[in-house]
Amino acid sequence: MKKTMTGHKAVAEAMRQIEPDVVAVYPITPQSEIAEYYAQYVHDGLVHTELVPVESEHSAMSACVGAAAAGARVMTATASQGLALMIEVVYIAASMRLPIVMALANRALSGPINIHCDHSDAYLARDAGAVHIFAESAQEAYDWMIMAQRIAEHEKVRLPVVVNLDGFTLTHSVQVVEPLPDEEVKRFVGEFKPLYPLLDVDNPSTWGPFAMPDYYFELKRAQQAGMEEVPAVFLEVQEEYRKLSGRPYRGFFEAYKLDDAERAIVIMGSTAGTAKVVVDELRKQGEKVGLLKVWLWRPFPREEVVKALSHVDRVAVLDRALSFGNMGALYLDITSAFVHQDRRPGFVNYIYGLGGRDTTVDHIHQVFEELESARPGELRYLGLRE
Amino acid sequence: MPNVKVLAKREEAQVRFTGGHSLCAGCAEPMVVRTVLNAIEEPVVVANATGCLEVATSRYPTTAWNVPWIHSAFENAAATIAGVEAAYKALRRAGKIQKRIRFVAFGGDGGTYDIGLQALSGALERGHDFLYICLNNEAYMNTGVQRSSATPKCASATTSPAGKAVPGKPQDRKDLTEIVAAHNVPYVAQASVSHLIDLAGKVERAMKYEGPKLINVLSTCPLGWRTRRDSAIPMAKLAVDTCYWPLYEVAEGVYKINYKPKEKLPIEEWLKPQGRFRHLFKSEEGKKLIAELQEAVDRNWQRLLRKEQCSQEG
Repeated sequence: MKKTMTGHKAVAEAMRQIEPDVVAVYPITPQSEIAEYYAQYVHDGLVHTELVPVESEHSAMSACVGAAAAGARVMTATASQGLALMIEVVYIAASMRLPIVMALANRALSGPINIHCDHSDAYLARDAGAVHIFAESAQEAYDWMIMAQRIAEHEKVRLPVVVNLDGFTLTHSVQVVEPLPDEEVKRFVGEFKPLYPLLDVDNPSTWGPFAMPDYYFELKRAQQAGMEEVPAVFLEVQEEYRKLSGRPYRGFFEAYKLDDAERAIVIMGSTAGTAKVVVDELRKQGEKVGLLKVWLWRPFPREEVVKALSHVDRVAVLDRALSFGNMGALYLDITSAFVHQDRRPGFVNYIYGLGGRDTTVDHIHQVFEELESARPGELRYLGLRE
Repeated sequence: MPNVKVLAKREEAQVRFTGGHSLCAGCAEPMVVRTVLNAIEEPVVVANATGCLEVATSRYPTTAWNVPWIHSAFENAAATIAGVEAAYKALRRAGKIQKRIRFVAFGGDGGTYDIGLQALSGALERGHDFLYICLNNEAYMNTGVQRSSATPKCASATTSPAGKAVPGKPQDRKDLTEIVAAHNVPYVAQASVSHLIDLAGKVERAMKYEGPKLINVLSTCPLGWRTRRDSAIPMAKLAVDTCYWPLYEVAEGVYKINYKPKEKLPIEEWLKPQGRFRHLFKSEEGKKLIAELQEAVDRNWQRLLRKEQCSQEG
């Protein structure tokens, strides 16, 4: 049944339906309402979850690590500075192969302090070893939270999964969301089967050992092997969810009117919605434009991106965060995927929407217009006063 | 109180912490760890902060731990064990676990007094059911004897060295035991590696309570204190007999001093064998500082006696 709700509520609803054993969470704008909704569910007796209302995000992820290693299904949520504080432990969670699912309400990192959306927090966690998925809408955030659980817990993967949703734009705006019935979600996520749990006291295991140069490298390589399993598992889970929900999830990204496009935009998050409006408008005028909206950012689907974009003449890659001293991180992902291709588009990089700066239909029009004449390899700023 | 026989029998039945680890010769920590684990009858899960104990007992692919054990980071042993305990509560409620399991966290003074204090305070306030053991060797020994907030005043540490202008650490140590007591937890105590049966009794009494418990255990580091390798026990005993490190407990708010030395030894007796205080014995200024240290010990001891008296009188 279709309902209207905020992105917060959509995420909290997915969490309620999944009903993890432990939620350890610390409030931060624009994530707080997720923590608030969930605390209400716990205090109303709607879920059996043990809520750990920690004193910091560092402890949130630490408690998640302890609980997941103990053998529990575990979830959390954070944003911006919260992720920055917990990042040490996100790396550790990934190295322990713990399937912790975390909603990240994307918000600009300080300084200056700012509470609004950009992707600098996600970029900070890019190399932590977690799987990263980006949502365009509250509906997608809901759907990805449920799929994330299965991807994270797949025995070949066993990695944390971060579901990114744009702070305020998605978390605070009321949208139409169609949740699945509780029992269908429960059936879909199934029972969590922990591996070597701490609480199996008859079979003691040592978690988080000290590894010197004689083993560290092999252990990190093994972690990468888990990451390499993600794409196949991602598609398998997505296919099952597509059938269950009837919603059009197919592939690592959404290719929107891309098949015959001459110019295209690559983007992650809610601004994809704005870009679709512009694509539709320009298509009506007969212009061959399209969009590639990234769902799965880590691991990055290099080969599929090449297949989807190689016929395009000009591509604008939009990064919602700076990688100081270089081009944007998404731009580097895309262009490096093409490095051995003879046929490749001319790429331009746009930095947009930092600290919640609005990116409007006009801005996207501007990108498509400039793409005709822009010099490939250029770094441009969208919506900036210079 | 579990006596030596009981502890030995339990170790015979199940060796929870094995030998073969790489802690230094003369280190007090393995004695404390074995005593703590053997003093608990039920199955235990251990969380360990980064530090000497963690590094020396878990070098991949070996382990000295024959109980479930987790190390995550330096500052988060309390938050990690809180997560384990939360999982236990949830899974027990769901009927997935029947056994009674107990939870113990080990952290050094750096990981407890300093970088882990916030996580510890949070876990105490939330009331998780666990025992935290602070292996207090009074500096960052794992990384090369840097000062911590548990390092005694005037001690020479590598980041508060005895220099020509500044005679060692200028600041007094933090009183962690009292900080924990101020959280109104059911049980908090000070113990020493020199009094292992006292420690075992404290662990046993602590585990009778549901909720957070902490025992702050003075744990000699011959390397960092610059004492003889065979001095772990006698040095810790001197700390107790000088009343520098009183053995006491606060159970449900009531103070009890577990050991009152018949003859309170002067602080010099504890300071003198330690290389980290050697500079104090070389100058008139040093002698003045020793007198100040003695005054501080006396003041703290008197205050503790009064606390015991007041709280027992109700």
